[in-house]
Amino acid sequence: MHPYIPHTPDDIRKMLDTVGMKSLDDLYADVPQEYIYKGDYDLPDAMSEDEIRRFFEDLATRNVKMTCFAGQGWYDHCTPSVIPYLTQRSEFLTAYTPYQPEISQGTLRYIFEFQSMVCALTGLEVSNASMYDGPTAAAEAVRMAVASTRKKDVVLIASTLLPQVKEVVRTYASYSGTVIEEIAEAEGQTSFEALAAALASGRVAGVMVPNVNRYGIIEDHTGFADAVHAAGALFIEYCDPSTLAVLKSPAEWGADVAVGDGQSLGIPLCYGGPTLGFMACKKDYLRKLPGRIVGATTDRDGKRCFVLTLQAREQHIRRDKATSNICSNQSLMALWVTIYLSLLGPKGLVDVNERSSASAHYLCDQLLATGRFTPVSDKPFLKEFALDYKGDAHALHKALADKGILAGVVIGDHRICFAVTEKRTREEIDCLIKAIKKAAL
Amino acid sequence: MRYYDHLIFDYSKPGRKGYTLPKAAAPATSTAVPEGLRRSSAPALPEVSEVDVVRHYTNLSQMNFGVDTGFYPLGSCTMKYNPKINEEIAALPAFAAIHPLQPVATVQGVQAVYRGMEQMLSAITGMSYFTLNPCAGAHGELTGLMIMRAYHRSRGDMGRTKVIVPDSAHGTNPASAAVCGLDVVVVKSNADGLVDVEDLKPLLGPDLAGIMMTNPNTLGLFERDIKQIAALVHEAGGLLYYDGANMNPLIGKVRPGDMGFDIMHLNLHKSFSTPHGGGGPGSGPVGVAAFLKDCLPYPHTDVQPHGDLSLVTPAKTAGRVSAHMGNFGVILRAYAWLLTIGRQHVREVGPIATLNANYVKELLRDAYKLPIPSVCKHEFVFDGLINDGSREGKEGATTLDVAKRLLDFGFHAPTIYFPLLFHQALMIEPTETESKETLDAFISIMHRIAAEAAEDPDILHAAPHACPISRPDDTTAAKHPVINWNDLQAE
Repeated sequence: MHPYIPHTPDDIRKMLDTVGMKSLDDLYADVPQEYIYKGDYDLPDAMSEDEIRRFFEDLATRNVKMTCFAGQGWYDHCTPSVIPYLTQRSEFLTAYTPYQPEISQGTLRYIFEFQSMVCALTGLEVSNASMYDGPTAAAEAVRMAVASTRKKDVVLIASTLLPQVKEVVRTYASYSGTVIEEIAEAEGQTSFEALAAALASGRVAGVMVPNVNRYGIIEDHTGFADAVHAAGALFIEYCDPSTLAVLKSPAEWGADVAVGDGQSLGIPLCYGGPTLGFMACKKDYLRKLPGRIVGATTDRDGKRCFVLTLQAREQHIRRDKATSNICSNQSLMALWVTIYLSLLGPKGLVDVNERSSASAHYLCDQLLATGRFTPVSDKPFLKEFALDYKGDAHALHKALADKGILAGVVIGDHRICFAVTEKRTREEIDCLIKAIKKAAL
Repeated sequence: MRYYDHLIFDYSKPGRKGYTLPKAAAPATSTAVPEGLRRSSAPALPEVSEVDVVRHYTNLSQMNFGVDTGFYPLGSCTMKYNPKINEEIAALPAFAAIHPLQPVATVQGVQAVYRGMEQMLSAITGMSYFTLNPCAGAHGELTGLMIMRAYHRSRGDMGRTKVIVPDSAHGTNPASAAVCGLDVVVVKSNADGLVDVEDLKPLLGPDLAGIMMTNPNTLGLFERDIKQIAALVHEAGGLLYYDGANMNPLIGKVRPGDMGFDIMHLNLHKSFSTPHGGGGPGSGPVGVAAFLKDCLPYPHTDVQPHGDLSLVTPAKTAGRVSAHMGNFGVILRAYAWLLTIGRQHVREVGPIATLNANYVKELLRDAYKLPIPSVCKHEFVFDGLINDGSREGKEGATTLDVAKRLLDFGFHAPTIYFPLLFHQALMIEPTETESKETLDAFISIMHRIAAEAAEDPDILHAAPHACPISRPDDTTAAKHPVINWNDLQAE
């Protein structure tokens, strides 16, 4: 037996005696013989810990370590060492969903704190316990808009949303019969005129726009909420939560629902997952919210405690009438983000934005000074910006990748989006600029 | 476990901070955010020190039960041991620091993990291809149903909008079907707890998209008519979906692909040993038969003729289901587990899990009602106590009471009131990583609890007695939701 399986041959014999069977095969006597797999399993030889370590270290050499100037919703921010240390505590790591509140107050309390912090950042009144990631949270927000309005089947999404968000939203909608229409952009941001025109159909259940868009532009949503509400639709903001320390909150823009991806709150890139999706809304929509929600109450002795609440919305109670099918979400990542926000605090999160922004503006100015780039827009940005390149953007990107620099994300044959976080040093930024100057045009 | 009544906000004091950022790389820019786009006041986050944070969350953790604390007989949840080497592998910087949009040529190691995982999962399940992009079991179900619909649509077969789900199914099955725009039709279980084939027949027709089955089902019973069911569903033009939440007893013994299933999902946070994390992150890979390859979600890892790995969008793709390629960190952990188990030990997993379940069932059936006595697989269901202690003027002990009393003895409760087929359902799944000694201790406590109920059910009504809190008031929580720090302060 493998060490993960503690049974001795004697244990197995005694247990088989107890159940009145002669061999382990007898336990499968109810399975038609033709389905008992008799072939060899095409798996590698079992490895020891040390062999596993070597195996992955060897695989890792096939990844190129790069200095990251890429963003597009996933950012290389600093991660305090306290976070992995605490989230690895096995009482958190190896716990199940807190269905037994008497022995799960640790999980329930951090989810309550997480919900509180999401409410603080978004300015909205209610948050759930997390979704899978930003794009799936966006898809659920679209479902929520359709479920909250009557007989409306169109949801408008900004063309300036990240491609991954638009594609997941479209995927979900294509199976539920919801029509997704894109709102055109003007000068790099969602066009109010295009929005107003699209709302006129009377079929619109919801409108989703990004607070910071795929070009890194901070969008101005003045007048959006009024127009959306006048059309009887829900207003949804897709946000980078880190930026909410400095940018107008979804509540300040008049949003009914806010969604986004928590990766920017100190979660390692890890090839895109696990991160977490978040979802907050006005109290009016509380009972339409998908996923788990933790609430405060008292126990029989009057002690303050926390429980999963409003479960009548969920799949294990309502089955096909549930607000969503979501069950497991990203609980441990909610703990991750809660600890991050506790360590940084309001001032630290402002500092993250200011430093990232200062570095991004420095890089932008230096790149423009090379004469090889032109700005895509003159709109304000924080840590990410798009530039048009006079040469072949793909070739430039490849040339820098060969030097171990991830020079942003190519979003067009001549267009690159660069992101800079507080983690990048002056030397690293200057190294990028130097490499671009040296590259063949 | 000690009761600890604080939230991180309690420690907040203006001016405190818990982290130092790197030196600024460039001089501050004052013009970055124009007034009209700025936030008016700072978000109400706590201001605390690093020590505050470490002590607070350590204290919180001590009110939590996990697999590392003790036995978790939670039915349909497969709470097996979570190996520590897996955690070490998932934290390797060469994987953890990779941006999801890094060019594929520079992440061949990452892609080799996806490719290798797909091949190993195929070997274990008998499916031809896997996508690893779904982030959890329910997400896998939804993805699988999207693949089912994409397939019918690709054939111009637009009218297939009905999906059959057994009454014993996990709640996520009908919920996932509804999210996928399918109409759910319920098929009944027969007296043996299996899908009633006669009840199924009239439900089959040209509007059938498919059937979702769990095998063994949530009663832990192998659906032995699966061959006939598969033939009937296929004949009607539908596809067979396999809910892999109950895959554990089949690992090393039976492959869903061989039973006629076309689509299935797995829960890597169940059968493949990755930690549950208090409710995620999980991972819900979806496997398909060869004819469905073109319907897989994108991006999908493929091999180029020269051996390099690339990312492709299948021709009739079901779409993009998550931001990038799912929860890579979770996939790495499961990969490490599969390498640990390897071809030498894979045949031990399912049979020992099944032995453990039958052993517990056999030794507890004298005290707990066993509605279906046949041999079970990884789990089984009791329908409450045989003698619940009810008498003149005294309510008997319920399944909830038994569950709460177990907590006093250092065991997690079984899954309760599910499946919905029995009023007092108590669903027990031991998994292969629990020793005979652990099971014996559990059995002995379950007997003691049954004896207590017979003697005085009030002992159980009042349980738990030895946890940080007693039973919470769920009704008030739902009637007057207090769901964030602001609400709590306003109380």
